[in-house]
Amino acid sequence: MSDSVVKNGVTLAAIAAICTALVATTYHLTKDRIAANEQAFLEQKLAPVLSGITFEGSISESKRVIEAPHDLPGREDALIYRVYSDSEPVAALFAVTAPDGYAGPVRILLGIDVNGTVTGLRILEHRETPGLGDKIEESKSDWVYQFNGKSLGNPDVDEWYIRRDGGEFDQLSGASVTPRAVINAVRETLLYFETHREQVFAIDENDDTP
Amino acid sequence: MPTDLRSNFRPGLWDDNPGLVQLLGLCPLLAVTTTFVNGLGLGIATIGVLACSNVLVSATRRWIRDEIRIPIYVLIIASLVTCTELLFKAWFPGLDRSLGIFIPLIVTNCAIVARAEVFASRNPVLSSLADGVGMGTGFMLLLVAIGMFRELVGQASLFSRLDMLFGGEPMQGLVLVDGGWLLAVLPPGAFFSLALAVALKSAIDRKRAIARRDAMPSRLRAGVRD
Repeated sequence: MSDSVVKNGVTLAAIAAICTALVATTYHLTKDRIAANEQAFLEQKLAPVLSGITFEGSISESKRVIEAPHDLPGREDALIYRVYSDSEPVAALFAVTAPDGYAGPVRILLGIDVNGTVTGLRILEHRETPGLGDKIEESKSDWVYQFNGKSLGNPDVDEWYIRRDGGEFDQLSGASVTPRAVINAVRETLLYFETHREQVFAIDENDDTP
Repeated sequence: MPTDLRSNFRPGLWDDNPGLVQLLGLCPLLAVTTTFVNGLGLGIATIGVLACSNVLVSATRRWIRDEIRIPIYVLIIASLVTCTELLFKAWFPGLDRSLGIFIPLIVTNCAIVARAEVFASRNPVLSSLADGVGMGTGFMLLLVAIGMFRELVGQASLFSRLDMLFGGEPMQGLVLVDGGWLLAVLPPGAFFSLALAVALKSAIDRKRAIARRDAMPSRLRAGVRD
């Protein structure tokens, strides 16, 4: 009896070791490629949000993580990518979460130039209904483009709602929860930017930022 | 392919198709088949995992005692799925984002553990490989068929976003008309599509059985005359 327990234990341990080795090897072989893919995906998402603003160096190097809880929308950590030109701030990109999407949180990327004007909005991650809420994706409809060039004065801050809620912005036919969640997050981020502009662009001593 | 290997490969395609007949692995089947490329991607991943797990289970079957076989299958399948997920992240990042959680969830596809238990644990390596590839292919064909059907009805397009699998610029595929019957892409559409597929298979099988029965007496008669 105890003999068979030992035997089984040894077999299990051996198989576990082999399986772990297999996963570890695959991880090592794919690690760099995966990191490069993620970087490329991020840069590919970041560039259009800037609508043509040029910058020096890599955007992702000027990253700052704002740990939750913070005054930005969402309960997850927020990311800010600062864009400088000749060490002068030109724009900031916010990756924040709209917590109240129809099928869970919606992760958005919002570009704001130094004067507080929206340079672009993209959806990074969502689980909204295909055919309805997923029209927030720029590949499905041009809904996200309506924010380009808008700022808190244009339209006024209490116009930063979808039309159904008495605001200035289009909703999506058949879906209002999703656009409402996104627009709330955009408005809150703009308000945050207005009050925290100095901090957003401040260069930290211990950061490896430009 | 030698006849006995072919006889291991064949059943998974039609007569014993894991999705259509055994109704296994329905969770990924229903969830990801919104487009052709999603179905194909998950199908390829499933073939890979199923074939490798069958080979490993079969190769180690002499050393594995009955009492601990289930934890060992779990270990093997979980490691293979993790490797598959890493490979997808490295080589098909777009598809990985589109399939999301359903790649790691291959681990819960009962078709895989079922083949390990029913077939691979009592057959030689090559037969197990043939069985795994056959079952996986059957599953993939079903995923692809349902994916095409739902994409066609739900979005009125075909082969959209093939770039996620083959690289290149994002492509829209063949767009027939703008929009489609949304229900097909939503979860109920998955159930309806699967039901249609199962019904279609039964109808075809019945037709064939009738045809065989009608053909039988004449052949028998011919045999007697000789």
